[in-house]
Amino acid sequence: MARDNGIEVEGIVRLFGGGIRAVDGVDLSVAPGEIYGFLGPNGAGKSTMVLMLVTLLPPTEGRATVAGFDVAKQGPQVRTVIGAALQEAALDSFLTGNEHMDLQGGLHGLSRNERRTRGAELLERVGLSDAAGRKVGGYSGGMKRRLDLALALLHRPSVLFLDEPTTGLDPQSRSALWAEVERLSREDGVTVFLTTQYLEEADVLADRVGIIDHGKLVAEGTPTELKAGIGQVSLEATPVNPNDRERLAATLARFGEPAAASPKSVAVRLAAGAAQLADVVRALDADSIEVADLQLHQPSLDDVFLQQTGRSLEGEEVDKEPAS
Amino acid sequence: MSSTSQLALIARRSVSRTFRQPVLVVPVIAFPLILLAVNAAGLSSVTELPGFPTKSYINFAIVVCFVQGALFAAISAGTELASDIQTGFTDRLALTPAKRWVVLAGATAGGASIAVFGSVIYLVVGLIFGVEIDTGVVGALVLLALAIYTAIAFAGIGAWLAVATGSPQAVQGMFPLLFVLLFLSTMSLPLDFIQKEWFATIVEWNPLTYLIDGMRGLVIGGWDASTLLPAIAVATGIMVITFTGASRSLRKRVQRT
Repeated sequence: MARDNGIEVEGIVRLFGGGIRAVDGVDLSVAPGEIYGFLGPNGAGKSTMVLMLVTLLPPTEGRATVAGFDVAKQGPQVRTVIGAALQEAALDSFLTGNEHMDLQGGLHGLSRNERRTRGAELLERVGLSDAAGRKVGGYSGGMKRRLDLALALLHRPSVLFLDEPTTGLDPQSRSALWAEVERLSREDGVTVFLTTQYLEEADVLADRVGIIDHGKLVAEGTPTELKAGIGQVSLEATPVNPNDRERLAATLARFGEPAAASPKSVAVRLAAGAAQLADVVRALDADSIEVADLQLHQPSLDDVFLQQTGRSLEGEEVDKEPAS
Repeated sequence: MSSTSQLALIARRSVSRTFRQPVLVVPVIAFPLILLAVNAAGLSSVTELPGFPTKSYINFAIVVCFVQGALFAAISAGTELASDIQTGFTDRLALTPAKRWVVLAGATAGGASIAVFGSVIYLVVGLIFGVEIDTGVVGALVLLALAIYTAIAFAGIGAWLAVATGSPQAVQGMFPLLFVLLFLSTMSLPLDFIQKEWFATIVEWNPLTYLIDGMRGLVIGGWDASTLLPAIAVATGIMVITFTGASRSLRKRVQRT
């Protein structure tokens, strides 16, 4: 990239009516070519942050630059260097994939020939060549997301914003999109700012992760660093008899602090690590609690979230995952 | 890329998607013609009243189709724009170098194009069923131009409603109100023939009266600046007020820096 295509954010705040601080004094820095995962539950402020960075919402306080341009004062310049796929791909169901490419390419100033060649190249890259002449109304959710990504890349942006790009996608479409985002960063040097509520997405894809909750950045680092900060392995057990869940919780509480678990299970973060496993099994046996399943988990980003906020992101994710 | 080229691209998209939805096009064509047929059959005897300006009721009523078509177009334009706001398509356009007014004007092109299409059909059907235009071929072309100008002005009403509410349902909800306004005009009778004083007062203050009378003057009575110029002035006024309002509302809705 000819210019520094990083993102710098200093003390950014966005207030809404009723004094709601959707984003509340966030500082962050994204290096050129880096994939930055902005992780948080629904309503945490992720989309508000993206809207400010793509110049569609002025910040109330603070300052942010994208590729060196101030988002509040140099909106037109910012828009020339960014591509964005916002939440819920806003596509026209009565237009074809090719017509979307032509419209967006034209508005970005691409010549008719460029629109045709670049459009065809991108549609092929996202696997939509065969569907390019069909109306978008007949596309699946995954196809719409891929078209949205192709549209965001049409004018060769150096910074890409993806707001929950894989929400509602099947695992195959999700993997394909991850591969393309990774390629953009590694091969083309595109800086990617990606919001997600999926722990796995942030873990697998992001070079660095910022965890946001109630508008504040509560943790930041590489996924490895963040998980290493937790340090402790967790143990999750599922009783054979669901009525034993409380007794199970009481027994496990002797070995560490509670951790996030599925509704039928109980989990604790083992204070002395995996070596305690044998003691746990003996304690369960002594208390006559039969378990159907017993697992050791390495620390996850959800553990980081839990540690910082006292809540589990995974629980919210399960609750709010849309039907596919 | 120039604003004109951007406008052409957005307008082309708006026209394409509009004509791909028969539900938006068919009522605009069919409904005014059905109402014309019903009125022409039921009210033809009013032409025998002393002083009625024409002996053919269809000559008197044909211009109502153009105004009705423009009202339908306003609702279509507004509904389409509100739908773009609701789905985020307006944000997509706002992320390109396109100016706000280009996004606004382009988005209303689909609705306006239905009115253009409808106007040509009303005229052709009218001529087939015996409408005689006193101002001749030139008058017919001016009538079409005025109808299209009116449709663009009315599209501004739809656009303003759309941007102010952001809801296609809210825009559609305004349609009965606009239609009532049409009935409270010189749609069925000339102003001189309306006996009820309160009704005549409303008709006199109703801007649609001037649009209808301006178009009607071209069909019956010949060239008359005293009816044509007020019609152009009213359409221009509606256009300026509504597009200014829509543009200001859009600035609040899409707070692009």
